[in-house]
Amino acid sequence: MLSFKRVRAVRVHLRGPRRETLELAGRRTVAQVLAELGIDPGTVLVIRGDELLTPDVVLGAEDEVEVRPVVSGG
Amino acid sequence: MRCTVCRGQAVIDIPRHHSAFCRDHFFEHFRSQVRRAIREWDMLAPGQRVLVAVSGGKDSLALWDVLLDLGYQADGLYLDLGIGDYSCRSLEACQRFAQEHGATLHVVAVEERYGLPVPQLARANRRATCAVCGTTKRYTFNRTARQLGYDVLATGHNLDDEAAALLGNLLHWNVDYLARQAPVLPARDGLVKRIKPLYRLGERETAAYAVLRRIDYVVDECPHAVGAKELLYKEALNLIERQSPGSKQSLLFGFLEKGRQFFGIYEPPPLRPCAECGEPTTAQVCAQCRLVRRAREAVAALKPLRRDAPADGEEER
Repeated sequence: MLSFKRVRAVRVHLRGPRRETLELAGRRTVAQVLAELGIDPGTVLVIRGDELLTPDVVLGAEDEVEVRPVVSGG
Repeated sequence: MRCTVCRGQAVIDIPRHHSAFCRDHFFEHFRSQVRRAIREWDMLAPGQRVLVAVSGGKDSLALWDVLLDLGYQADGLYLDLGIGDYSCRSLEACQRFAQEHGATLHVVAVEERYGLPVPQLARANRRATCAVCGTTKRYTFNRTARQLGYDVLATGHNLDDEAAALLGNLLHWNVDYLARQAPVLPARDGLVKRIKPLYRLGERETAAYAVLRRIDYVVDECPHAVGAKELLYKEALNLIERQSPGSKQSLLFGFLEKGRQFFGIYEPPPLRPCAECGEPTTAQVCAQCRLVRRAREAVAALKPLRRDAPADGEEER
């Protein structure tokens, strides 16, 4: 009998021009998530609910974060 | 990560200061940087009325918030540029902020004032939207602030904005701009004093302040900003900053302390009243009047074509 195991993942909502939602399996720090996505940590805020996360915060399964760009201009 | 001050849970790291702060100490850091800017550059005196140019974005709303929080008599001015849905959402953000804080917001619509919204003004003049937007903002902010009797006009330019502008001015050796680039532009000949109280804070800090203060700002960029030179300069500076934290601050603060004085030989050009509107200008007719006049001419040139066009249902022969 086949059994399906749900993959537990961190959901990452990207705001700004790269608007999309990604799912990353497994635990990793905020810094690791940004490195994987090729995002300069100095150009974004990482937000979970109404709290800001520092780069060392470990994101676990079922965590949902927003990566919000801060660079404006024109 | 722990707060550098109290060892509590940090909410933001600031690599250029080798610091991290909890929510309360970050607010303290933010307010102290604004207070320092105001004090060191003699930006505002007690009792002076300040008009904050607000766009609905993080910087200008954070500036309005912190000035109110520090006890200044600060009102807002929103210029409706007429950029579709973006302008509608921006106006709503400013109105929401004003309502929540019991503050006064003045609204000026570009289309009502000049006959066409900014994108159409730009098209009629065959100029870049950002250039026309900049001219219209500078003109309207100054005129409105003076007409409404404000002592000072404040804008939300932050450390990143100022460092990027400095890099651009250096790359092109814009000596006149370099001579005047400062967190304060004093009042002269019809120009209201302009201040930039956020110049000591990076844009990541202004965004963090806005989020932590629950300011509902417009996150999306203006659709016309894509490809703007300022963004290129910011990208270059951020690349350097990542490898060498503090570089942007060092560039800007070093210029203000040591470099700017060398450009003092470039006196600002004399100002005189515009022959059409009376606003201060270096030319006979100011840039804004020329923009509006060219736009009117372009629209007038189109009208006869419209009259000649076949009516609905009428076939062209």
